[in-house]
Amino acid sequence: MFPAAFDYRAPVSLDEALTLLKQHGDEAKVMAGGQSLIPLLKLRFSRPELVVDIARIPGMNTIKRDNGQVSIGALARHVDIERSKELATSAPMMLEAARWIADPLVRNRGTLVGSVCHADPAGDWGSVVLALGGEIVAMSQGGQRVLKAADFFKGPFTTALNPDEVATEVRIPTARGHTGGAYLKLERRVGDFATVAVAVHLTLDGNKVANAGIGLTAVGPQNLKATEAERHLNGKEPTDEVIAQAARLAADVAEPKDDVRGSAAYKKDVVRVFVQRGLKTALARAKEARA
Amino acid sequence: MKVTMNVNGSERAGDVEPRVLLVDYLRTNLRLTGTHIGCDTSSCGACTVLVDGEPVKSCTILAVQAVGRNITTVEGLAQGANLSPIQVGFHEEHGLQCGFCTPGMMLVGASLLERNPNPSEDEIRWAISGNICRCTGYMNIVKAIQHAASARAAAAAEKPGVPVTAGAAGGGE
Repeated sequence: MFPAAFDYRAPVSLDEALTLLKQHGDEAKVMAGGQSLIPLLKLRFSRPELVVDIARIPGMNTIKRDNGQVSIGALARHVDIERSKELATSAPMMLEAARWIADPLVRNRGTLVGSVCHADPAGDWGSVVLALGGEIVAMSQGGQRVLKAADFFKGPFTTALNPDEVATEVRIPTARGHTGGAYLKLERRVGDFATVAVAVHLTLDGNKVANAGIGLTAVGPQNLKATEAERHLNGKEPTDEVIAQAARLAADVAEPKDDVRGSAAYKKDVVRVFVQRGLKTALARAKEARA
Repeated sequence: MKVTMNVNGSERAGDVEPRVLLVDYLRTNLRLTGTHIGCDTSSCGACTVLVDGEPVKSCTILAVQAVGRNITTVEGLAQGANLSPIQVGFHEEHGLQCGFCTPGMMLVGASLLERNPNPSEDEIRWAISGNICRCTGYMNIVKAIQHAASARAAAAAEKPGVPVTAGAAGGGE
């Protein structure tokens, strides 16, 4: 099995990549690690005229803290996140999520930013970035746009990126004070897509929730943000009743489909159970975290 | 496109279409057929090779992406007639039945031991979790990697200061 023929360019500067995208528009496809794109090319679901491989552009594989945010460069791989000392303090939930991505071989090549741009509704990072209130930085020859994750996902495999743009980084607010998170995933075996997964994030102010974030994987046309559930938590003391109600509200948002991984009703209930468990774990972690 | 890469310690040059996968380049152009094609859909790990010491699926990387990199295939593990510790481990512990997954399993094991010379059983199982054994012979595969870890440790104790590699040219990290 191999892809339909395409032209291939591996620019060594971002400017060069942006010029190619300007010239070729939506006939071009950007590739970082290729762990989502190459399978699509092989199945010929995707037949771009040009593949722009950005992996040889220097300086884009960094994970660094800057001004209350941590920036994850377009070439930072899942394995880099899994082992990142910076993220272990600034966004520890990401290390937990990274271990659930595909398998160790894929994690050695695939990138977070590439995965977010691929926008598979069953992708894990979209939910994590939604829960953490992240942003996506998009560059084109026209300049830079910073898009909130909540505005980025538009549907299955569809994002707010324009054809002439490269997503150069994802920015995540760094954990402050009593913050905790959890990523829970149900999968049939290592490397399978999620049956259901949820990302949960909590920041406490005293004994009340200052900020809650909940992202849902594989239960809708895109990664979903459980806004009503977040709203229900914000400003309240996270008692068992409040958490149980937030979990029900999150399950209400889910629109799973029946498939080989389970029935829609089953998946909806897994969302409820996972959000409830995730919130309890996140709460315990937030209480332990140093203020 | 012209491509050059270091394969098992030798510089190799070729001319391929951009759409050629690394596994096909290795097997068809370089006649290194030790790297197997299993599922061809990024699910099984039979095609595992090391790129700069790290295991990746060669069915899910283009040959052009490997330009300038150091590639290790199963053919690169032995030094002449001397098997590497990971190969000895698979031999001694019966770490293979049909052998189809074995090249990938050995390369993952070799790479793991470069990074973590004394892995726990959990760490070994974690490392091979992207590689499927269709004979389901995982217990002996784990024992084989443990055997290699012990052999490396014993060799290192015998000759302090001499690095013992598991055959992963390019090293772990």
